[in-house]
Amino acid sequence: MALFGKLFAALKKTKENVSSKLRLLFAKNKLGDDFYDELEEILISADVSVRTAEDVIDQVKEEAIGEKLKDQQFVTDLLKDILQDTLEEAPIPEISYPCVIMLVGVNGVGKTTTIGKLAHYFKRTGKSVVLAAGDTFRAAAADQLSVWADRAGVRIVRHEEGSDPSAVVFDAVSSAKARKTDVVIVDTAGRLHVKANLMAELSKMNRVVEREYPEATFYKLLVLDATTGQNAFNQAQVFDETVDLDGIVLTKLDGTAKGGFVVSLCGELNIPVWFAGVGEKMEDLEPFDAEEFVEGFF
Amino acid sequence: MAIFGSLSERLNHIFSKLTKHGRLTELEIKQAMREVRIALLEADVNLKVAKQFIATVSEKAVGQEILSSLNPTQQVIKIVNEELTALMGSKNAKLEVSSSLPTVIMMCGLQGAGKTTLCGKLAVLLKKQGKKPLLVAGDIYRPAAIDQLKVVGGKAGAEVFERGTQSPVKTAKEAIDYAKKNGFDTVILDTAGRLHIDEALMQELENITKAVKVTEILLTVDSMTGQDAVNVANTFNSRLEITGVILTKLDGDTRGGACLSIKAVTGKPIKFIGVGEKLTDLEPFYPDRMASRILGMGDVLSLIEKAQEAVTEEQARKMQERLKSNAFTLSDYLEQFEAMKRMGGAQKMLSMMPNMGKLKIGEGDIDEKKLERTKAIILSMTMQERENPAIVNSSRKKRIAAGSGTSVQEINQLLKQYEQMKLLMKQMKGNKGRFRMPF
Repeated sequence: MALFGKLFAALKKTKENVSSKLRLLFAKNKLGDDFYDELEEILISADVSVRTAEDVIDQVKEEAIGEKLKDQQFVTDLLKDILQDTLEEAPIPEISYPCVIMLVGVNGVGKTTTIGKLAHYFKRTGKSVVLAAGDTFRAAAADQLSVWADRAGVRIVRHEEGSDPSAVVFDAVSSAKARKTDVVIVDTAGRLHVKANLMAELSKMNRVVEREYPEATFYKLLVLDATTGQNAFNQAQVFDETVDLDGIVLTKLDGTAKGGFVVSLCGELNIPVWFAGVGEKMEDLEPFDAEEFVEGFF
Repeated sequence: MAIFGSLSERLNHIFSKLTKHGRLTELEIKQAMREVRIALLEADVNLKVAKQFIATVSEKAVGQEILSSLNPTQQVIKIVNEELTALMGSKNAKLEVSSSLPTVIMMCGLQGAGKTTLCGKLAVLLKKQGKKPLLVAGDIYRPAAIDQLKVVGGKAGAEVFERGTQSPVKTAKEAIDYAKKNGFDTVILDTAGRLHIDEALMQELENITKAVKVTEILLTVDSMTGQDAVNVANTFNSRLEITGVILTKLDGDTRGGACLSIKAVTGKPIKFIGVGEKLTDLEPFYPDRMASRILGMGDVLSLIEKAQEAVTEEQARKMQERLKSNAFTLSDYLEQFEAMKRMGGAQKMLSMMPNMGKLKIGEGDIDEKKLERTKAIILSMTMQERENPAIVNSSRKKRIAAGSGTSVQEINQLLKQYEQMKLLMKQMKGNKGRFRMPF
């Protein structure tokens, strides 16, 4: 993978924005509380959470003393280092096979599309894949996933609309065991994290996989929309409590949104970002690279 | 995020440093405004919008209004709240109706904002108003999008017009002809979700507006959107001249500051809000309620209004008298349950209370079925027992348990709850006016 691939291109828009703001800020060349406030705002305008932005600024304050604070390059590098360190606090594990990957998230973040891309990604690396159409709630969700299964050339297990998603998972896992499939990818219905009943349904699916397929590694990924704001943190927190998340897929980075909230997720919840969605095509999924992300940021 | 607490807590903290409340210095206003700014940013209000807003509010605050205030925190929140409400528009807007039928409503927005579901919700709303809506499938890109609209249309009881994957411009034209011939008065055009920087797809929307006479162009925005909301709204508005905005997914715990950003950059009214997954979960937009939500003060107003609908004046007056005389009985307890149910259930009620989002009270935590059992227990009591629960001895308990299909333990539990409730009422009474129950 090119070090500065699509992710970089996608983030370039962000980059221009942040650097130009930094330049403006340095042009004013002033110190004191106003300066720190503005520095903090630059991060917040990239959807970094207020709390994380404050932490980062505190760190900058500690390290940049006196004259150094007027040095644009110094502060930029300092910020970059702090952000990258934070992102790398949560390492991405090496995937071991056979495995089950379950995607969870609120409505409309792009779970089904991401599954199509993931199927393609694993298929390309020579793995066999089966999809479980676990979104039995949204109208035509299974149809949508079937189209992706066709495109990626992988199998799909689906039931009728309105049926128990845990039963779909059960069947997909059984099928994977029988056919020695490397990767099972489970789709789930979008649910707002505040709906306790739907979150309980997710725990049930979780238990089915753990009970029926203990020999497989089980990864739970939260799909987050890059256009989301500060609520992303709440989402991650609650989903993590329910299914113990292993990672994040950040979608829709091809827009103008920055997805800065991932810094808080890595730093505070210790959940790494695995992949980034950078377009609508099947190939538009890139392994997340902290350096690249931060480099694109500034 | 709990660490910051609500805006009122933070402001209280600032003003607690004052030895005597009353006079505010410019410095204190500045400090307060810093907290207000953080509250707005945490709610996802765009940075520029927040700054502009703070400037306006500061100007107002420095004047007499705040200096003569009795409680500085309340005064600051009041001013902020009023300004916020004013900025978001003072009245909720209705759907426009075209003078030459059919009225055409075009939906637009990013992927995953909730357009297709919203089409169904609008159809249900229009049908309630006695209209005959036609849904038109214009998302020819996302796999199975047409199927989804068909299912949604089926649930809404509205006909769906589709022409497969032919150009949405052509489909829109044909749909309007079809509507005219078949007596549909409103046409709702679903369109594909698109990034605002996707030139080809934005052009497609422009082409639709040129080909057919569109009455309403509604931008659908996910209420959880962050700082980017301004870019999205600005682009859609400058390309299409939208007529209004619909905010979706407000049943989550987002503070919804994107709403303020959108209003500020487009100046277009927010017409509706989506508050659930059911097709009836579409509500008019009230700027005042949204303002308190953004400030993290809950939707107290909605709650009060719902309480007014659910409890008649007479009932409220009677309840008040009983509270005064400390004669709160199990019959009153039962009456409260009934009122709560009319208000949309305990869960809905709690979700509208300030700071409840933080407590993460989900629908599973409040067991509506348990409330039903409680009701059964009370109904199995004699009038005498309801008025004076103290007489309920063990043999009475056994009889009540058998009569209501519950257990003695459950009855004990209820009696304990009732005692606690009574105690709570007593405390609130002592706390004159500061905490008034909506009942």
